[in-house]
Amino acid sequence: MKFANVMATGGEWLRGEGPHHQIVISSRVRLARNVRNRAFPGWAKKAERIMVLEQIKPRIEELPEMQDSFSELLQDLSALEKQVLVERHLISREHAAKSVGSAVIMNRRQTLSIMVNEEDHLRMQSIRSGLQLKSAFKLVDKVDSTLESKLDFAYDPHLGYLTACPTNVGTGMRASAMLHLPGLVLSELINQVIQAVNKIGLAVRGLYGEGTEAMGNLFQISNQTTLGEKEEEIISRLSKVIETIIEKEHDARQMLIQRKSNTLWDQIGRAYGILTFAHAMTSKEALNLLSIMKLGVDLGAFPEDRRLPIDELFIETQPAHLQKSSQQKLNAEERDQLRAQIIRERLKLFPKPDIIKVARESGNGASSAPSKNE
Amino acid sequence: MLCDVCKCNDATVFLTQILEGKMQKVNLCDACSKEKGVQDPTGFALADLLLGIGAAEEMEKGGPTQRCPVCGFTQADFKKTGRLGCSSCYVTFAEGLGSLLKAMHKGTEHVGKLPQRAHRALELNDRMRNLTENLQKAVAEENYETAASLRDQIKQLEGELAT
Repeated sequence: MKFANVMATGGEWLRGEGPHHQIVISSRVRLARNVRNRAFPGWAKKAERIMVLEQIKPRIEELPEMQDSFSELLQDLSALEKQVLVERHLISREHAAKSVGSAVIMNRRQTLSIMVNEEDHLRMQSIRSGLQLKSAFKLVDKVDSTLESKLDFAYDPHLGYLTACPTNVGTGMRASAMLHLPGLVLSELINQVIQAVNKIGLAVRGLYGEGTEAMGNLFQISNQTTLGEKEEEIISRLSKVIETIIEKEHDARQMLIQRKSNTLWDQIGRAYGILTFAHAMTSKEALNLLSIMKLGVDLGAFPEDRRLPIDELFIETQPAHLQKSSQQKLNAEERDQLRAQIIRERLKLFPKPDIIKVARESGNGASSAPSKNE
Repeated sequence: MLCDVCKCNDATVFLTQILEGKMQKVNLCDACSKEKGVQDPTGFALADLLLGIGAAEEMEKGGPTQRCPVCGFTQADFKKTGRLGCSSCYVTFAEGLGSLLKAMHKGTEHVGKLPQRAHRALELNDRMRNLTENLQKAVAEENYETAASLRDQIKQLEGELAT
């Protein structure tokens, strides 16, 4: 499979059809594994990294799950192509910085991607739409079991799977979900939620993982610890917490409709207005406004069939996707212009937000509909 | 307040993380925060940062000159990168790592997935222990016929274990 095919096919999780997909964008589970008696990639010399790569890569390519896969050495990918993969969460930022001695292999549906010689020899990741941590784990667990029959993984009876960083030792598993929480952000409850989640040993991060800003009201929540707890326990604990957050987000949205409806309509109206008429837009601004449009679809202010174009814009307006689709390298100013243009075209036939409908459907009558202001 | 890393400049970056009810704080100066990637969001993780700082002290308990016989990794390298060199480092630096892992994780023993390979080895070891015990019993009871049969089984199992 060629890179052009990766670009053309959106990847299953981007279509957003999984359970709770309005709030949970995607679920991911990754396993870290290392080959016994070989230095970890960060410490290995180039020759050893290449040797490990040559040992591992064919084993991955012959997996039944990897038929018709996309398999590339990192040095054969351009900086822009790597960035596209990062924006789709198919490789990590750290992996994108790698070159000789590293590779990425992913299946056609883009539900399974394996990085070779990232921080560990193997980082296997399964990604699904909506809240599907269990099925994501099942897929990556199966792949791990198949590979383990052909590769001798570094494993200690007491410490479990041994990883380059002691924070991953044990299960080597990181399960995470990407949540869209505009209701909690607008009602200023998000910090409380983050603190509560941190308290029970789970991590909350921004869009692109560790240390990144929470743009577009998108938050990643994941397990922090990997030793002393079974994989299934970690996943069910995480799933329960996420279900609670989903409830809180729904509550927050109801509260906004009932008590702060004017703020809400103002936000949706502004997002619609700016996205429809702007001629320059940064990716951060685009994400933040698209997030409000997505909320608008969730609340019924826009018809349900307008969900997909909004979801697609989230990824298409990212810097690398923008440049890759326009076939040229653009400076920041040109990118902002092109981004605004793409959004304007996509929203050309978009109906105006129907806020009366939202108020009616939420059972809140005409009292909170901003009739006075119109 | 002084920087926790270099301990000479004034701290200007303050980080707090709450983990299982315990508050962990790190104070950094401008230069160290840059070096640790705090200002470059792409590579920054508070856990790694904490790991790097607390970890170095913990690891030194195991003797500062220790070097992994397999990959040549030293504690100074760990202090610098927050990562280990190879799977044998877990044995080499076991002493220092023990308390580090305890502070970092829910438990100190892996209870999750067992690779088939390890699973099989465990089974064989269990069988071996049983056979050896039975053999000792048979010898003690002067039941030589059983003992001879057990010895044969042990030999066969040793062959399996070697593969």
